[in-house]
Parts: sequence; C-alpha cells; structure tokens
Amino acid sequence: MAAEVMLMNEIEAKAASMGIDLIIDFNSIQLPRGEDCGIVSDDEDVYHDDHLEFDSGFGNVIVVDNLPVVPREKFEKLEGVIRKIYSQIGVIKEDGLWMPVDPETKKTLGYCFIEYNTPQEAELAKEKTNGYKLDRAHIFSVNMFDDFDKYMRVPDEWAPPEIKPYTPGENLQKWLTDEKARDQFVIRAGTDTEVLWNDARQSKTELVYKRTYWTESFVQWSPLGTYLATVHRQGAAVWGGANTFNRLMRYAHPQVKLIDFSPGEKFLVTYSSHEPSNPRDANRVVINIFDVRTGKVMRDFKGSADEFTIGGAGGVAGVSWPVFRWGGGKEDKYFAKLGKNMISVYETETFSLIDKKSLKVENVVDFSWSPTDLILALFVPELGGGNQPARVSLVQIPSKVELRQKNLFSISDCKMYWQSNGEYLAVKADRYTKTKKSTYTGFELFRIKERDIPIEVLELDNKNDKIIAFAWEPKGHRFAVIHGDNPRPDISFYSMKSSHNLGRVSKLTTLKGKQANALFWSPGGRFIVLAGLKGFNGQLEFFNVDELETMATAEHFMATDIEWDPTGRYVATAVTSVHEMENGFNIWSFHGKLLYRILKDHFFQFLWRPRPPPFLSAEKEEEILKYLKKYSKKYDAEDQDVSMLLSEQDREKRRMLKEEWEKWISEWRRASEEEKLERQKLRDGEASDEEEEYEAKEVEVEEILDFSEEVLFEE
Amino acid sequence: MRPILMKGHERPLTFLKYNRDGDLLFSCAKDHTPTVWFADNGERLGTYRGHNGAVWSCDVSRDSMRLITGSADQTVKLWNVQTGAQLYTFNFGSPARSVDFSVGDKLAVITTDPFMELTSAIHVKRIARDPTEQTEESELVIKGPQGRINRAVWGPLNRTIVSAGEDAVIRIWDSETGKLLREADKESGHKKTITSLTKSADGSHFLTGSLDKSAKLWDTRSLTLIKTYVTERPVNAVAMSPLLDHVVLGGGQDASAVTTTDHRAGKFEAKFFDKILQEEIGGVKGHFGPINALAFNPDGKSFSSGGEDGYVRLHHFDPDYFNIKI
Repeated sequence: MAAEVMLMNEIEAKAASMGIDLIIDFNSIQLPRGEDCGIVSDDEDVYHDDHLEFDSGFGNVIVVDNLPVVPREKFEKLEGVIRKIYSQIGVIKEDGLWMPVDPETKKTLGYCFIEYNTPQEAELAKEKTNGYKLDRAHIFSVNMFDDFDKYMRVPDEWAPPEIKPYTPGENLQKWLTDEKARDQFVIRAGTDTEVLWNDARQSKTELVYKRTYWTESFVQWSPLGTYLATVHRQGAAVWGGANTFNRLMRYAHPQVKLIDFSPGEKFLVTYSSHEPSNPRDANRVVINIFDVRTGKVMRDFKGSADEFTIGGAGGVAGVSWPVFRWGGGKEDKYFAKLGKNMISVYETETFSLIDKKSLKVENVVDFSWSPTDLILALFVPELGGGNQPARVSLVQIPSKVELRQKNLFSISDCKMYWQSNGEYLAVKADRYTKTKKSTYTGFELFRIKERDIPIEVLELDNKNDKIIAFAWEPKGHRFAVIHGDNPRPDISFYSMKSSHNLGRVSKLTTLKGKQANALFWSPGGRFIVLAGLKGFNGQLEFFNVDELETMATAEHFMATDIEWDPTGRYVATAVTSVHEMENGFNIWSFHGKLLYRILKDHFFQFLWRPRPPPFLSAEKEEEILKYLKKYSKKYDAEDQDVSMLLSEQDREKRRMLKEEWEKWISEWRRASEEEKLERQKLRDGEASDEEEEYEAKEVEVEEILDFSEEVLFEE
Repeated sequence: MRPILMKGHERPLTFLKYNRDGDLLFSCAKDHTPTVWFADNGERLGTYRGHNGAVWSCDVSRDSMRLITGSADQTVKLWNVQTGAQLYTFNFGSPARSVDFSVGDKLAVITTDPFMELTSAIHVKRIARDPTEQTEESELVIKGPQGRINRAVWGPLNRTIVSAGEDAVIRIWDSETGKLLREADKESGHKKTITSLTKSADGSHFLTGSLDKSAKLWDTRSLTLIKTYVTERPVNAVAMSPLLDHVVLGGGQDASAVTTTDHRAGKFEAKFFDKILQEEIGGVKGHFGPINALAFNPDGKSFSSGGEDGYVRLHHFDPDYFNIKI
C-alpha cells in the first residue's frame, strides 16, 4: 500500500506541477474484460457487493479541509501541527501525510490527506476532529476519502427511483406445515453445516440442506425460527425459504463477532470489537442495529469498549452480550442498555431515547426485562459500607414509574430470574452472615400479576446450602433448585401455589444426593431433565414433576450440551468439540428413551429450530387437551403403520443384503474352483483346498488311552 | 468362558498369527522377542531370540516349520519354528514393517518403512527350501506409495500384491512386473491411515482397518468395496471369523491421547459386527489400552487380542456365541 501511495503522490505532484486538476475516479478503473489478474472470487455475489462497500483500498485515508493557507516558509510548521494532532489518534503511515501546494503561488491549498494504518483509525480521526477549531477562522472539516469519492459520483440531475415490481416472497414458515409434524435442527461439524429433520419415528435424521463453509464462526436461529443467521468476515447474513435455504438478506459489518435478534425478529444487532493501534487504549466497539427484512441500518453505536462494559460485579472486563436487551415481548418496541449510573431505554419508532434521556439510577449494576410486559427489574448494590441498603426495583416503561421496590440488607450478590410468562420474578440474594466471613442464599419471590406485587421471602431448609442451579418451569408456577455441596447435592421443587390456596410458596419435594448440576425444563413444563454435566460425565435423570417420580435415568458420557426440542417431545444431548472424543449427539424421547445417536468429529453446535407461539387460543388448547384421547387415536394408528412399514423395510433390506452377499460368495467359489489346479501346483501338488473354505464339521476322534489284556476266566 | 490372560511380553503387542492347524499362536511385540504359545490353553512354548528392535509382524509357513519376522532393527529373519534357531537374516536399510508368505511358501512379500532418505518399499524375496541356499536378492522391489506401507499381502495365486498404509489408498500390484494394477476409489475409500489388513481364509476378500474409525471389506480381485463397518474409535486391528459371518474390530484412542479420567473414555473393546448387515452385535472388554492386534483361530472357536498394555487375551467362545441371531 505504501508503495502505491508513493506512486500516487508522484503522479499527483506531477499533475499539480503541470497545473492539471487531477481527479481520479478509482471505481472507473476497470480491469480488461475477462481478465481477473489472478484474483479469484470465492463468492461472486459477496465479492461484488463488498467491493463497493469496503474494498476500494482508501478506507484508511481522510481528507482534512479548512486548513490555513500558508506560504512555503510556514509549510513545515503547519505540517508539524497537523501531524501532532493526528498522530495522537492513530499511527500515520510513513509518507501518509500529504499537503498539496499551489504550483504558482507556492502556497498550500488549505487541505491535506492523511493515511492511517487501519480504516478504524481513520474513522476515529474523522469522528474526533471534524469541527476541531484550530483558530476562529479555521474549523476543520474532515471526511473519509471514500466518501468524497462517493459524493462526487452523485449525478447532478435527480432521477426518479426505479420501482421494482412486487415479487411474492417464499413462505418462510413452510417447515411448520410438515405432515409428520417434525422439528428441524441445525448442526455444525467440521466445515459442514447441516439442517436436518428429526425423524424420531424412524429413529434417524433426514437432510434438509447442507453446505460446506456456510458460516465462518457460528450459526444462530432467529427467535421464532424464521431465519438462520450466519456470520462472516464481511458481516452477517440470514437464510430461509420454503423448501431449502436461500440467502434472504446480508448485513454488512466488517469483522462482526456477535449477533443478536430482537425477540420478534424485526431487528438484528451486530457487534464487533477492534484492536486499537495504541495498546493503552480500550478496544473500539461498533454495534449496528439492522432491520432484518430491509437490511437497513436503523442505528449504529460506536465507542470505546469502556462505554459498553459497565455492569457485572466489580467491573468485569469485556462486553457482556447482549449489550442491548429487548423488552416488551415480541413487539420489539423497546431496547435498553446499561450505562454508568443509568439505563438507556430506546424505542424503535425513532431509534432514540425515550423522553430524550436515560433513566438515571445511581450505581445500577444489573437489569432485566420481564419476558412479556414492559417492566424492568433493576438491581442496585449496597453502598457506603452498608449505610445504604441494596435494592431491587421494578420500573414500568415507557412511563418510568416505579411499581415496586424492595430494600435488601447485607447483600453480596444478586441474580434475577423471570418466569417465562412474566408472572413471577425470583431474586436470588446472596447475603453475608453476621461475621461477614461467608454468605448464604435466600430468594425474594415477586408475584407480578397480583395486586401491589406481593413479595415473599424463601429460605431453604438448610440456609447455608450453596445454590448450584435455579430454573422456573416454563409457563408454570413451579421452580427447581439444586442446592448443597458437590458431589451429591439435593434438588428441591417448589410451587408458587399451595394446596390451601393461601398464595404462599410451598415445597413439593426434595430429592437427596443427586449427581446433577444443571436443570432443563421441558418447554411445555411438567418434565425436567436433571443433568450432571462436566464433572459428572453426563448423568441424566428424566423426572416427572406432576407425579414427582423419576421416569428414567441414563447417561450420555461426556455430554456438554442439552436442549429440548421446541415442542417438548424430544431432548437432544451433545458432546461438542470441547472434548476430543465422543463428539456427536443423542436424541431422547421426553421420558428418557434413547432414540438414536449420531457421531460426528469436530462437533461444534446443535440447535433446534425454534417455533413461533401457536395461534390457537387458550380455550382451544384446553379443548384439545380434554379430548386428547380422540385425537391421539389417529396418531397412534399412524405410528403403528410406520413401525409396521419400518420392520417391513428392515426385513426387505436384510433380504437384499443377504442376497447380495450370496452372489459374492458364489462368485468367490467359482473363482476358487477355477484356480484350484494352479493353486495345487504352487503348493507342489498338495491338494487341501477344501480346508481353506473352512466348514464346521463334526469330527469324531477316538483316542486309545490305555490298552491292556486281561484274562477273565481261566479254567 | 473366562479369557486366558497371557503375560509374557514386556511391551505393547504388535501382531498375532495362528498357524494353519490352529494349535499355535505367534505373537510379536515391541520388546524384541516373538513368542509362540499353545493356542488352546495359552501356555508359553518358547521365544525367538535374535532381533534387536520392535518386531512388527510375522507369518508362519503352511507346514508350521518356518517363521518369518519383520523388525524395526532393519532385518527380516527366518526361524525354525520348532527349535527357535535363526535360519537366515535379510538386511534392509530401514525398518521392516510387514511380512507375508505366498501360497506355497516359496515367496515372501516384505515392506520397509521410509527412513532417512529412503522411501518406503515393497520387496519380494524368494524363500529357499533349504535355508543354506537362501540368498539376499530381491525378486522385485516396488516403490511409489507415500509414507509407511503398513501391510502388504499376496493376492490369489500370488499374481498380485495388495498394499495399504499411511496414504489411506489400497493398491493392487502385479507381482511379476511391479506394475500398479488398481487403486481404491478415493471417494469411497479410507480417509486416514490404514493400520491393518487381513485376508479371508480363501483369500477372496480382505478387511482393512483405518484411523478414520471404520473398517472396510473389499473384493481381492476387483478391489470392489463391499462393506463398511463404522465404529467410534480409530481401528488398529481387524479380524474375520472363518466360521460365522462376523468381523472384529479392535482399537481405541491413541495411547498418547488416552484420558485418565475414566476407563470408559478409551473404549478399548474388541467390537463384533455382523459381516453382512454391518451392524454392531457385541463387544469384548478387558484391555487397559488400545488393541493393536487381533487374530481368529482358523477353527473359528476362539480368538486372541493383543493390546498396548502388553497382554495377549485368549478368548474361547461360549456355546451361546454360535447361536447369535439378529
């Protein structure tokens, strides 16, 4: 690049000395037709688009205008000043500062070019110094070189935009209409990414779509399952379609690291972090929010990583993802970000702050949205050595009215768990004991939907127990807690409803001494998998919480990941590439029967395709439940047919294999017979071919052990 | 029946071979001493002393008179089976990996490893009836395949040589001219090093085991892929039952990668597959390390396995085994 720029310098200097106004439209330079100069495009589409957007090669050059016009004597002084200002922001390339001079008057022209090492530095320099006042008369106007180029090419006359004729899109939710009501999942192993049907009836998978190098880091379903997102160096992309996976939209974001969908799939948040050229500075963070369907950037946030790392106890380094948390269920109306002493809540109508200002909360360290309602729960830790208690408050958005507040004393840490319908909020509070030497844990349970939001305190039977895991029953009123000490902690189940309907929390049962450290409720509730991951080598217990009984215990040795399918019919357990061996996944029925297992080396990801919530009304669902027997008859018959067909197919397959094998055997017999004489010759005439095709023969061997003659009678 | 644990080797086993009558079992190991055992009770009969390096493989003549062994000490030795006397030593410039007697025992095919600037090679030696007339000359030397050639065996009527090794390609060579006749299809063939190759009793088909965690069954004449058996571990050793339609795969995680957390992690089992349906039908546990060698008794009623743990395990099948139905 440096060499090229020097060349440019020379050309332009020459042109300037000859008095030619030199404007080169770099995009007008084209390679001869049919000649790619050895540059191979790996993806024609991507290459072209990205070419326009970032690849012109001058992304690291800025143009600084409104400089003083100085005679030759002062040239060096001015250059020194500019260099001083701009080298603070980033590393200017060698010969990367160029200030053209009028060849006649020998005065500068009032602008200069600066080339940085990276586009990020150039962008930062533009942001920081545009509008910089050198003195009253000289206010810098800084632009990216690429922008100049872009604006130069805007045609002078306005042309009406072309209106493309409407083309109906594909049904992106076709997969929901599968006749066999199967679910899909995506797996990533080695360089392959595959979307598969879970055909549990036939105990196998069926391929939907497979692509090598589909993504450069990971894949992710959108929350309602409509799209599959892939991540590339140039940005993110979403894929979907009725029968296969086509690229639906691309979102340009160089070096994107993380992505996040809004719950209603309307928006996609992308995140990248860039190393600063000055190692003392914090990383630069770029966050874009795209409209998923149009691909437009709705809002971008740029800044140093420090501005995005607030929260967490004691200033954990790095950005906690997602930075923006979406509220208000599937409406995608609001999103919020934690800041220093504030929570910034944006609305998606205009993508600006509600009431133009953030919600000020001194020392807030954590917040979370209700999954269904526009309520924020936020946590402020203890201040002033305990003089000011910690507190949890519930704030309504957009009115910013505090609905409920609870002060908590001698708190060391606090975690919030919402139940999926937003009916309950559990706050797990770690408190110091009187001596402050250790902590113990209690729960504050909020009943959001009841009048005045009553709060109840729950302590475990043995309040010194450590809490290992906590999980609400989805859509239900129960929760499970793993507590106690490894290696054999206890698991307790509680209900927010008690038998006498007193509105008090009640304990259902405690299972003693379980090898478990993680809880996985079925999305439909009622069933739960108690899993012992990591140190427990993949112990699984399938538990029915209605009956409080264990349905099955099993093991998927070394399992690292567990996920229920969205309908709660199947459970997938996987060993991902954190382990070298055993890579692959198992599919289980909800009651713990192993249906099938598939081994894949370098197994990275297993994700069920989410389903959108059903359109059936609650009454209709209840009705179906009531007449379940009637409906299930039909499906039972289908199941029977399938299993009949399967065993029929199986028999057929075996018959074919046997037949095929017989053919080989007879072929070999024939060849062996043909070669018999020659073989005998090789063995110097020894003929014992039949022994080579060994057959089990009954051979009677008589051995004479002893021989004696006795005279029995003597007369 | 309880397996018979045969302790005698001090280093990992490398190869096992029954004689034709099935009464003797020859074992090779990384210690320098091939050993012969009674194949029915596991009693040690004797050893063959003379090698100065790991012994990689052996073969015994049809009449059980001669033993041939290939060793990392860059020699191949002929022995008198009965007395244990060394009859002849072939010297090579690099370690000898695999040895195999031809039909009629008048020829032997030997493979040597790449070493220093030498490439790997397949040598054909004529074996004299009278050891005093034995000469060093090779009838034929074949070079070409990249990397180690882990196994080379004779095809039907000694007309061809089948080789397999590190480059994962099975090749069939003309044993007269050394010309390459066939190469296994890259698509359907093995993806990683082929560690083992064993012929059926009549030589019509053979089985290969590979680090790609599979074993494949091929037709010896046409090199057609007939069956594939997929397992969870790299395959180091394979064997075929001469009696039933069963194949056995042995292997396990590479000894250097074995975790110390759980004995199940290594899966050092001998896995039985149905030869025709390609389905796993059972497993025999026991070794504390990967299985490096497997052999079936020619009567099909017992088999032995040799492990990285230095033990040979001799298994006589229970009567139930012969009634397996799937």
